[in-house]
Amino acid sequence: MHTLIQGFREAIKLLISLDPELLQIISVSFRVTGTALFVSVLIGVPLGTVLGLVDFPGKKIITALLYTGMGLPPVVVGLFVFIMFSASGPFGSLGWLFTTRSIVVAQTILALPLVTSFVMTSVLSIDIALIRQMKSLGTSRKQLLWTVIKEARLGAVVAMAAGYGAVISEVGAVMLVGGNIAGKTRVLTTAIMLETRQGRFGFALALGIILLLIAFITNMIMMKFQHREIK
Amino acid sequence: MKTIYKVEDLSKEYDGKEVLKVEDFDLFQGEIFGLVGPSGAGKSTLLRLLDFLEPPTSGVIKFKGQEYHQTKEPGLDIKRKITTVFQEPALLKTTVWKNITYPLKIRGIPIKGELKSELENLITDLSLWELKDQRADKLSGGEAQRVAVARALIFKPEVLFLDEPTSNLDPTNISIIENKIKQYGKRTGKTVLVVTHNIFQAKRLTDRVGLLHRGEFIEIKERDNFFNSPDNKLTQKFLAGDLLP
Ligand SMILES: Nc1ncnc2c1ncn2[C@@H]1O[C@H](COP(=O)(O)OP(=O)(O)O)[C@@H](O)[C@H]1O
Ligand SMILES: [Mg+2]
Repeated sequence: MHTLIQGFREAIKLLISLDPELLQIISVSFRVTGTALFVSVLIGVPLGTVLGLVDFPGKKIITALLYTGMGLPPVVVGLFVFIMFSASGPFGSLGWLFTTRSIVVAQTILALPLVTSFVMTSVLSIDIALIRQMKSLGTSRKQLLWTVIKEARLGAVVAMAAGYGAVISEVGAVMLVGGNIAGKTRVLTTAIMLETRQGRFGFALALGIILLLIAFITNMIMMKFQHREIK
Repeated sequence: MKTIYKVEDLSKEYDGKEVLKVEDFDLFQGEIFGLVGPSGAGKSTLLRLLDFLEPPTSGVIKFKGQEYHQTKEPGLDIKRKITTVFQEPALLKTTVWKNITYPLKIRGIPIKGELKSELENLITDLSLWELKDQRADKLSGGEAQRVAVARALIFKPEVLFLDEPTSNLDPTNISIIENKIKQYGKRTGKTVLVVTHNIFQAKRLTDRVGLLHRGEFIEIKERDNFFNSPDNKLTQKFLAGDLLP
């Protein structure tokens, strides 16, 4: 109990004093996960919209893959990305292993199915009658797609929050492909592991508080928007 | 009279079952046509085909002299001359104003000059001025349908289809919408086809009436002849309020 209180005090002190090492780790985390989410949204929003809107052969298979993707063990994703970017792998020559780029790739693979399926679900919840009405009013295909995305925007925001929250708190894949290099690829989760092992509980707790805060905020966003959707 | 639509041997099947079979049917430019018939007759299906929202199984739809069929649908510029107001107003989750101006936006038409005052008049005529900045998902059924009518009229479609537009509404809303439809048909010379199961509405609004039953036209006549001297037994039964076999 004593350790916990001690650690907690230290954590608060670190946070208030804006400890440079702490800030550095936080900034890497935000940047990496932000990029992964950006890529996931860029692919996932149009993909989810098309999946929700259009019937085509092979759609069932893609949907099944998507749901499988949502349940992928992160460590396995890490392993896969590791092999892809290792010296003897197909993308080895890029030299991305143990850089933030491979972390972005791993996190994107984890977030993409999440974002896509959330968007798909919210597009599917749009009334078929509304889509017919938009066509009757003279929308082009592109305009229809855009209107549907805007109609499903609440779902899309929830999708992003869910994706962000899930991916920033992931540790296994990030550890594998990033290597937890201080000042380079060390992010919130991998830093917590290391600092805890080394007995720097205060530092680990400070990072933990940040993670909890992020989880809390993303959940608030999701609740707020889902609530509004229901109303 | 000039025909705007000419339909030949039009058929629509769902799961191998033929629900529409129209041998020939003309819609005249500038008329208000009333389409009546029992539920399940195929009225909505005919409208979806004429609005090119679905392809026919076979047959030809001639619109403004051009032929369209199962594998040939008109381009966007042609489709944009036609629209349907459905029984249920399908509005976007945004303001009333943005819903009404949506057709202009997708056509890239700026709201200024004469169009702006037309738009304001339209909104006022449909008693929507006070509501124009409200969210559309907060409206009552009647208000929402008035928004749907305004949205359909703002871009002055050459053909306006209405599928039981006032079925769920109270007399005040019915009257506002009927007046606007009639005005649109009469003053602008545009073509209107309204599906209704309300015989009185057909009497009030239309120039010509057709009875559709089991996917086929039973009788089409000038309004007064249709109501006063129908030839077909089924029409007589329908007008008497009897159930059709
Ligand atoms: N998308 C569809 N799939 C299968 N059957 C349909 C579909 N749309 C309409 N039908 C059938 O076609 C017939 C005519 O329907 P509809 O055109 O809606 O009639 P109405 O508008 O005159 O009430 C009905 O038997 C209906 O069940
Ligand atoms: Mg119908």
